[in-house]
Amino acid sequence: MSYRIVHYINQFYAGIGGEEKADVVPEVREGVVGPGMALKAALGSEAEIVATVVCGDSYFASNIEKATADILEMMKKYKPDAVIAGPAFNAGRYGTACGGVCEAVVKNLNIPAVSGMFPENPGVEMYKKSFYIVETPDSAAGMRAAVPAMAKLVLKLLRGEKIGTPAEEGYIERGIRKNKFYDKLAAERAVDMFTAKLKGEPFVTEYPMPVFDRVAPNPAVKDMKNAVIALVTSGGICPKGNPDHIEASSASKFGEYDITGVMDLTAEAYCTAHGGYDATYADQDADRVLPVDVLRDMEKEGVFKKLHNKFYTTVGNGTAVASAKKFATEIASRLKADGVTAVILTST
Amino acid sequence: MVKEIERAGLPVVHVCTIVPISLTVGANRIVPAVAIPYPLGDPSRTMSEEKEIRRHLVEKALKALQTEVSEQTVFTD
Repeated sequence: MSYRIVHYINQFYAGIGGEEKADVVPEVREGVVGPGMALKAALGSEAEIVATVVCGDSYFASNIEKATADILEMMKKYKPDAVIAGPAFNAGRYGTACGGVCEAVVKNLNIPAVSGMFPENPGVEMYKKSFYIVETPDSAAGMRAAVPAMAKLVLKLLRGEKIGTPAEEGYIERGIRKNKFYDKLAAERAVDMFTAKLKGEPFVTEYPMPVFDRVAPNPAVKDMKNAVIALVTSGGICPKGNPDHIEASSASKFGEYDITGVMDLTAEAYCTAHGGYDATYADQDADRVLPVDVLRDMEKEGVFKKLHNKFYTTVGNGTAVASAKKFATEIASRLKADGVTAVILTST
Repeated sequence: MVKEIERAGLPVVHVCTIVPISLTVGANRIVPAVAIPYPLGDPSRTMSEEKEIRRHLVEKALKALQTEVSEQTVFTD
């Protein structure tokens, strides 16, 4: 008898559609769908994908609790021994959904769950402590590497075999500490490591420190009536035609656009460059993402002194954290030089 | 991005739909928005109703900017 596996994928990998279909509610299909084919091959005869649950990424992100509960119910009916989700690569909403589903599976069904993600996927930071996430490249081009690694890990978990370190098994570190015996005393090992460091030789720490990159909140704006407010967005709003050719995903740049005298973002003049959500609504009325019309009204009413005459935009869609960091550092220095008091940043 | 703007010394409010992601990336002042493709609107309503929704969210964002916080704070109604 082979192990029973239920696979979770999004609307895109199920062939339902792209962003325009990201709102589809969860559904279940018998057998394999999409990337399930490759998984089936990698699992061999030892495990069988009995069903595939499909859910739209936006639907999941907007209805996390209900979607998770409904998906669990669908999965339960197939009496799975394990659940595999994704791989989600660097797709943020998909990663969040895979993470949410797998965490619920581990907690409520008490069976193993495995997903695959690029380390910068926000789903990693949110869920890596709850279950095993295999490290994958950032795009679907890495499917061939991701699938066998995920299959191998899930089979090990099903057989109840001992799981090795993240480096040995290819999963993302979960922050779990294990005791281990060495022949050498700790003091000797520390000195060895120290001398290696002094010589510039490679060494591996026995206790990696968690990285907490948090920034303390700045003091509140005390005098709003005299404040200059600036708008920044990762939603890709730009003048129609996207003059700076900001990429629809994995953006390599940001745009700075003058809105002096612009009271309202009209469909004739503005659109979105973003390729990671259904652009229909932002193209109809970009104020839905970047609220220039309302801020102009409030500026007129004297709620604050001035809406900054430039806005900044990029596309937050699979964009590397390092790029986003670089853009924002540059944007912030320009805003400060221009005397801006505070920032409203909108994200889709 | 929100974190780097904060790091530079500018108070910033993140208006976004997926609050868990905002918390993960380290935003300190968070205002939950309507939906992913239209965070500050709702195409199922009339334009004037939409603008009211947007006005309400922007007012919340400005209020968040005027509120002292010592840790990550989600400003709900």
